[in-house]
Amino acid sequence: MVALREVEAPPATAHETKYHVAKGGSGSALDIADFNLWYGPKQALFDNTLSIESGLVTALIGPSGCGKSTLLRSLNRMNDLIDGLTVRGSVSLQGVDIYARSTDVIALRKRMGMVFQKPNPFPMSIFENVIYPLRIDGVRARSILVETAERALRGAALWEEVKDRLDESALGLSGGQQQRLCIARAIVGDPEVLLMDEPCSALDPIATARIEELIDELAGSYTIVIVTHNMQQAARVSQNTAFMYLGRLIEYGETQRVFTDPVAEKTSDYITGRFG
Amino acid sequence: MTAITAHEGKAMAGAPARLRRQGVDISARGEPFLWGLGGALAFGVVMILGFLFIVFWNGATTFWPGPIDLVTLTAGERIAGEPTRSEDYRPTTSQLAELDDATRARIAARDGFATRTLYRVGNFDIYGEDFRWVSDFQVSRREQPADLALVERLEWGVFIGQIKAVTVDDKAVETATFATAHKVARQRWLRIADIERDEIGAVNHRMEQGRLEVRRAELDHGKSSPAYARIAAEVAKREQSLGIDYAKLSAEAQRLRAEAARTRLTLAEIGGKEKTIPLSAVVRLYPANALGPMDKLGVYLSRWWEFLSDEPREANTEGGVWPAIFGTFAMTLLMVIVVAPFGVITALYLREYARQGRLVTIVRISVNNLAGVPSIVYGAFGLGFFAYILGGSIDQFFYPERLPSPTFGTGGLLWSSLTLALLTVPVVIVATEEALAAVPRSMREGSLACGASKWQTILNIVLPRAMPGIMTGLILAMARGAGEVAPLMLVGVVKLAPELPIDGIFPYVHLERSFMHLGFHIYDVGFQSRNSEAGKPMVFVTTMLLIALIATMNASAIVIRNRLKRKFVGSQF
Repeated sequence: MVALREVEAPPATAHETKYHVAKGGSGSALDIADFNLWYGPKQALFDNTLSIESGLVTALIGPSGCGKSTLLRSLNRMNDLIDGLTVRGSVSLQGVDIYARSTDVIALRKRMGMVFQKPNPFPMSIFENVIYPLRIDGVRARSILVETAERALRGAALWEEVKDRLDESALGLSGGQQQRLCIARAIVGDPEVLLMDEPCSALDPIATARIEELIDELAGSYTIVIVTHNMQQAARVSQNTAFMYLGRLIEYGETQRVFTDPVAEKTSDYITGRFG
Repeated sequence: MTAITAHEGKAMAGAPARLRRQGVDISARGEPFLWGLGGALAFGVVMILGFLFIVFWNGATTFWPGPIDLVTLTAGERIAGEPTRSEDYRPTTSQLAELDDATRARIAARDGFATRTLYRVGNFDIYGEDFRWVSDFQVSRREQPADLALVERLEWGVFIGQIKAVTVDDKAVETATFATAHKVARQRWLRIADIERDEIGAVNHRMEQGRLEVRRAELDHGKSSPAYARIAAEVAKREQSLGIDYAKLSAEAQRLRAEAARTRLTLAEIGGKEKTIPLSAVVRLYPANALGPMDKLGVYLSRWWEFLSDEPREANTEGGVWPAIFGTFAMTLLMVIVVAPFGVITALYLREYARQGRLVTIVRISVNNLAGVPSIVYGAFGLGFFAYILGGSIDQFFYPERLPSPTFGTGGLLWSSLTLALLTVPVVIVATEEALAAVPRSMREGSLACGASKWQTILNIVLPRAMPGIMTGLILAMARGAGEVAPLMLVGVVKLAPELPIDGIFPYVHLERSFMHLGFHIYDVGFQSRNSEAGKPMVFVTTMLLIALIATMNASAIVIRNRLKRKFVGSQF
């Protein structure tokens, strides 16, 4: 599925490494180094290098097709599902190279929760949805399951709304509730990193506000990487922001600085709405 | 509309010619085509409804007791029978020549047509025919006397005539006690059938078992070994006690038979010829012209009950079809049990695991093509491969003592089910593949992102979600399989098999037995029986039953599917 391929590296642009200094948290959780990715013959990511700080919220922004989702999905190897995918470079989680041959993808994914663009609860009860990651690990003890489910639902600010109907189908929840359920499912296994791929794009403003509050609450406990189309959202929820354009990382730094005082011309054009 | 006037043409000189015509072309309007499409649909629906109506009308009315007409012909002859149907026909010149002028003139006025009625006269043992055409111009009088009765007998079909007497040991008894006498006689007859089939059958079975044990010992140890001698002696002892049981049972049957023969019913046909039969040979007897609506309903329901619960009689044209219902049901169920895992596993591999390339495409095309192979080809394959090769080997290894008579080495329920499973597996594969492909990618990704392996994702998320689609495939397979007849004729369906594949004799389920099938029963009754006119109503009733059986099985599968759908698919916000 994933084959490492030696390809001549495209020349690095002048300011590519210059602006890549982010606000320091308690060390880096994910280190992405010279990461390239090809869908078949088409290259989607070019020499991305950035460190995602532990315990902070990092936003990936950029116009459609810039590769921000691809980069995010490379972090837990969700891209493995795609035929004809090639990567070069490295991504490491706490020093472990996730693209190494010896890495167990399943174990890796258990260390990273992921929330998708569209809420994707499973066709099961709310309870079963939340504890799905535990079920597949073979946890049977009812008391542990109940306790963990409650903790995760509280963590996802959904407990009060669903505590009386845990056995009802998750498909009966509203879109916002479904997305928070997916967040609960993502954090139930206590992962180190939470990956969010435009988690609010299918939600109304009120549900979006709730999810943003939730992201604030979760920051600190988890390292969060969030892809968003919405620059206000990135400004509101993240401490660090990376701006990508055409598969290249253009600028990466503290959110406030990136939005108020962008160094690269492309970044300033994008955040002022000149394109995108 | 598109014409450009000279004036305009001059004005537009040099400008590019207008490419699009103005106005709307007929081909852009949907309505005429809509009418065509709707018409085609309506035509299809009318055909299906018409088909169902004909089958159900004929099927539902078959068992309703009709009146018996007593027809006096101009020639003086008297005929009693149930009118079956009427039609217009053109009498031949020789027939016309025998008629008087007035009648001839009437026929001529109708362009040479006359009307005739088909009467079911019964009494095949006396007349040599069951049905008789009577032309209207032959009839001088029609009446429906109350004393005419219709008697359904175990042999020779129905008798139509008068009841003369009920006698016990040649002494006449009150005909008022007929009903009770008949009930007793029928119960006695059922008891005889019980003894002769089930109890003596069980004894015979155990005797056969003993013989096979001896044969087995001979094959295993040789005829001169001590083991053989021991088993032979044991079996001989058992056989002796079985012989006593057998004698007892057959004596009991003899006694009952003798007793049954004492009560006799004397009947007279309309011409006066008398016929005496044992009362126990009468299945049903009713005075056709003296029945009230409730009596008729009673006869109707009792006939239906007999049809659904009894075994066939009289070369399948009378009696019931219970063994055929059971056989059809058992075979279809077994087929689904076999085809479901095979089809689903194949589709899972093709869709989820196999590398999508040229090979998989070829496999997929071949599977689709298999669905179009004529079913009789599967029958020939089933006979050659399942029955002769597989079954023959099973006989060699597990039932050598029964050879040369085959156990699994001939057609049977198991081989029929497997053959039909093979026939329907493409349908299941195609449907399952589509159901799997329709599972949203987001579901799989959600599960994988939780750290589930591919197999866990398939088991926990993909399969439950695809289940309604898989069920649809199974329903289609079931409908096709239950209605299939041609291959079954080669691999296990027979004209008459009163022994059901499940009974009280160890090992209770006998998958090697041949069985009856409603589809084949229709063919057999309609086209292989002595009298097609007598078989025709049974064809309709059996067809109706087959349709009802398939509809019931499909309906239950659909109910299950919808339940699954509600559970696993739901509505996405």
